[in-house]
Amino acid sequence: MGSTVVLEARGLTRRFTGVLALSGVDFSLRAGEIHALMGQNGAGKSTLIKVLTGVYPPDAGTLALNGEPIQPASPAAAQRLGISTVYQEVNLCPNLSVAENIFAGRYPRKGAAGLWRIDGSRMQQGARALLARLNLDIDVTRLLASYPVAVQQMVAIARALGVDAKVLILDEPTSSLDEQEVERLFAVLRRLRGEGMAILFVTHFFEQMYAISDRITVLRNGELVGEYLKTDLPPAALITAMVGRELSAASGRNAQAAAATGPALLEARGFGRRGMLNPVDLSLRRGEVVGVGGLLGSGRTELARLLFGLDRSDSGELQIDGQRARFEHPAQAIRHGLGMCPEERKLEGIVAELSVRENIALALQARLGIWNYLSSARQKEIADRFVKALGIKTPDIDTPVALLSGGNQQKVVLARWLATEPRLLILDEPTRGIDVAAKQEIMNEILALARGGLAVLFISSEMDEVVRVSDRIVVMRDRSKVGELPGNSSEQAVYHLIAAEA
Amino acid sequence: MRRVDARFVPLLGTVAVFLLTAGYGSFAYTSFFSPQVFLNLLIDNAFLCIVGVGMTFVILSGGIDLSVGSVIALTTMVSAALVEQHHWSVAQAIPVVLVMGTAFGAFMGWLIQRFRLQPFIVTLAGMFLARGLCYLISIDSISITDAAYTTIAQARLSLWADGPSITVGALLALGMVALGIWLAHATEFGRTVYAIGGSEASALLMGLPVARTTVLVYTFSGFCSALAGVVFTFYMLSGYGLHAVGLELDAIAAVVIGGTLLSGGVGYVAGTLFGVLILGIIQTLIAFDGSLSSWWTRIVIGGLLFVFCLLQRGFESRR
Amino acid sequence: MQRLLRHHLLWPVVTLVLLLAVNAAFNPGFWQLQWRDGHLYGSVVDILNRAAPLALVALGMTLVIATRGIDISVGATVAIAAAVAALMIGGELVVKDGVQTHVSRFPMSVAIVAALAVAALCGLWNGLLVAKVGMQPIIATLILMVAGRGAAQLLTGGQIITVYYAPFFFLGNGFLLGLPFAVFIAAAVWGALHLLVTRTALGLFIQSIGINPAAARLAGLHERLITVCVYTFCGLAAGVAGLVISSNVKSADGNNAGMLMELDAILAVTLGGTLLTGGRFSLAGSVLGALIIQTLTSTIYSIGVPPEINMVVKAAVVFVVMLMQSAEFRAAVRGWVVRPAAGGVR
Repeated sequence: MGSTVVLEARGLTRRFTGVLALSGVDFSLRAGEIHALMGQNGAGKSTLIKVLTGVYPPDAGTLALNGEPIQPASPAAAQRLGISTVYQEVNLCPNLSVAENIFAGRYPRKGAAGLWRIDGSRMQQGARALLARLNLDIDVTRLLASYPVAVQQMVAIARALGVDAKVLILDEPTSSLDEQEVERLFAVLRRLRGEGMAILFVTHFFEQMYAISDRITVLRNGELVGEYLKTDLPPAALITAMVGRELSAASGRNAQAAAATGPALLEARGFGRRGMLNPVDLSLRRGEVVGVGGLLGSGRTELARLLFGLDRSDSGELQIDGQRARFEHPAQAIRHGLGMCPEERKLEGIVAELSVRENIALALQARLGIWNYLSSARQKEIADRFVKALGIKTPDIDTPVALLSGGNQQKVVLARWLATEPRLLILDEPTRGIDVAAKQEIMNEILALARGGLAVLFISSEMDEVVRVSDRIVVMRDRSKVGELPGNSSEQAVYHLIAAEA
Repeated sequence: MRRVDARFVPLLGTVAVFLLTAGYGSFAYTSFFSPQVFLNLLIDNAFLCIVGVGMTFVILSGGIDLSVGSVIALTTMVSAALVEQHHWSVAQAIPVVLVMGTAFGAFMGWLIQRFRLQPFIVTLAGMFLARGLCYLISIDSISITDAAYTTIAQARLSLWADGPSITVGALLALGMVALGIWLAHATEFGRTVYAIGGSEASALLMGLPVARTTVLVYTFSGFCSALAGVVFTFYMLSGYGLHAVGLELDAIAAVVIGGTLLSGGVGYVAGTLFGVLILGIIQTLIAFDGSLSSWWTRIVIGGLLFVFCLLQRGFESRR
Repeated sequence: MQRLLRHHLLWPVVTLVLLLAVNAAFNPGFWQLQWRDGHLYGSVVDILNRAAPLALVALGMTLVIATRGIDISVGATVAIAAAVAALMIGGELVVKDGVQTHVSRFPMSVAIVAALAVAALCGLWNGLLVAKVGMQPIIATLILMVAGRGAAQLLTGGQIITVYYAPFFFLGNGFLLGLPFAVFIAAAVWGALHLLVTRTALGLFIQSIGINPAAARLAGLHERLITVCVYTFCGLAAGVAGLVISSNVKSADGNNAGMLMELDAILAVTLGGTLLTGGRFSLAGSVLGALIIQTLTSTIYSIGVPPEINMVVKAAVVFVVMLMQSAEFRAAVRGWVVRPAAGGVR
């Protein structure tokens, strides 16, 4: 483990409209170490990476590489300075060969007449040599796309070596890898560490992080919690640092504990889709709030999409009110009384240029069909009702919804579904990226609806919310359901179930 | 755990279609299988081949160029006007029109790159502009009677004694194909074109000269259109605003049938050569048949396009 | 006044008014209307009449563009519809009761329905390729553009088929209440479409699909079905235009009918303010766009400039509209026009 600090950040601050993503974060990366960056969703990890790699400039703070202050203005500039990044999606060109990818931007040239001409044999030799440093021997003339993701990542790392990177950042590199491939990757990383490379490793897999890292930096709500030696931070302490408080031993929904009796509204048995979700059993009753807890990539959103008919299941069966149902299009699910607030509000939720009124009326209108048109007056009536009920802050209901703040946009999406008077509502991260006050309002609304008989499937990364609000908690890990906990479980219990084998 | 190197699949499909159609022709018509008939494919479609090379690069980069036919027409018109009305020589006129076409392409490329405009609409406007400029010069066709032009137009190079012959245009076409292949695989320009078509974001991230290459791609296409226009001038010996109407569609068809994906990033210049030959064979087959009217050419080409696009769609969704 | 300035139809109206003014300046008799033989004559009436087919095609194209698509095969569809109608009507000279009359091969109503059905089928084909197979719209419609033109030429045998049946001429040459019948057809289609998109949920659905297809699907819209319908209608509109055109010239020309009409239609739609990227659309804008294009042609003619310059002017207009719609261009212009404060934060 090295001791010279290669990359040093002090007081990094970055603000996006209304949200403070990073606030005075200090960070140091040393040569010859593997440093893990940990934190929940929204803690600031990806913003920190983006600032370090030149995607955004910081609003305040300094960056120094080997003691020299730097201000990378773009990812390409950061690369030239010696900071290379390997992303989950491997940002290389799949339709170029391995050697061409490694040397892109600095192709060896040959011949006087052809300052243009690429020296193919030198390029291939160089590529083979770089890959050899990673203990990889492949045909460098084949297209990158003909190799699996694990190998593509190696190529990306070889490229970083080729440009004499001093800092290697790996952002969620293991999400698409199997165990063997992870081991190979770790062997390579350890080798590079031995050569003095400074490596920053971001992952949400606890056990992997513990297997490979030397030091850990924890972020929470955009602030630095602390930098620790791995050996000084066991899992429980790590979770406390990430979540921010002593996990209460007992908490949970006290009121309406004997919530739902009666037949299941929705019953899923062995329900799943190959490559997306392993078979899952799930049931919901009227008036029940079932929370789905799990870390990133555990399959929660996939479950929601399959239940709602956005994707087609290929195993198991689904029953609504005791009748077999198969949803191949959301319209069918909606007809059965389901509704869904999607995870990606901007991509799948709001229809940006349409007004608040039109957005709220959309799903109801879709169910009513083309001919049964809700007049503007009717739309206004419905929209006004929900603007009032949910406290949506908008200049008027004809404002394009894109101009509203994140929290209010989320309320509009929620209002859209409430307007259809659903029997079961799936909420996927309904409070992500929203200010505290709006969060509270939405959570209260959800509880009120459940009391009124609505069944709610509540997916959230904020475990305290899940635990506080749910009657039952379904726990997911790695695209499978690992168990269920009763509503008044503690966050600790949930995390223990998730990290069970660690 | 290697997967099959899929890069050659579309090209193999094209060559297969070529062999099939050529084989069918040779089987059905005795005089079909002669060297001259095959060379005629190239001679009659030399300009299409040259334009196809430029179009291949544009489509590989994920764009499209609808102006090529109009630039050809403009080239013929300017050549004819310079030579017939202003008495310039061949050697003077040709460089001028080449520069003109290249500059035209560069202008469109700059607009596309600088202001992030859609290639489809920029080159559409270019198409209007070029043809309009044609008509500004002359509404009627201008025949070229210049001796040098007619000499070059009639020149034939015999491949072997008493053997089949080839024209200047066809030689130029083959030369451009060779140049295109070299550019695509052995230069940074070519590799960047592929990179942009594969993933523009990654290409930017990797520090490839995306902006410059985008402009150059359309510049090159403009050059190819101008050169094709020169060959077309020899072929038709006139300048006319109605020349090469709809040629851009033939060029796109040749490129797609040649195995290049319209979404960009995958394809070969050699494939376009085969695409052009296939289009030529279809036309020849229909002419040989005699019973089918020549309109069937369009329908068959449309049908081939459909099949290839469908296959491309299947190819893409499996990737 | 503020609201007026920000109205989305402002620029199209201003452009049209400017063009009319220029026209009138060079052509003193421009605004003159004469009532002769029971109908209105005049330059303005001419413009309306000639713009009708383009307006029809532009209306269909508007909905397609609103769903983020494009249809470059409409010209071929126009030619096919015209050919089908001309072939089915024909018009043979027959002597009946000592009087020479023309009779049509099939009843005219059957011929018209057949032509429209074929046109709708063309649109359906495009829609299925885009929505079901998932092809990019420009490629999908390119196929029909190439093959369809060949089909039209095949139907007409490469000849111009003359129609000799008087009742058919009414579509393109007849007058109703003093105005050309073609104008009424275009107005009727516009009116019907307007009612459809404002009195039913269709307008809302199309806009949603164009702005955010993923969100539209999630909200329960049958986005594929709607897309197929939109392309089918586009084909149908082109078919109506084809009937009007062939009726007007009393013939069907497989080679040239509808040539380059798709480009004019796209231009009309863009001039009318609908963005090529889809979303909010304006039927009135597209009709205005068609009028602008027709007025442009007429203005150029009246100035005394050779009509071929039409294409150059259209090109210039496209460039200008494109640049105005480009965010990068507007930012660049702002950069040129507004000098940054000295030592300002960047």
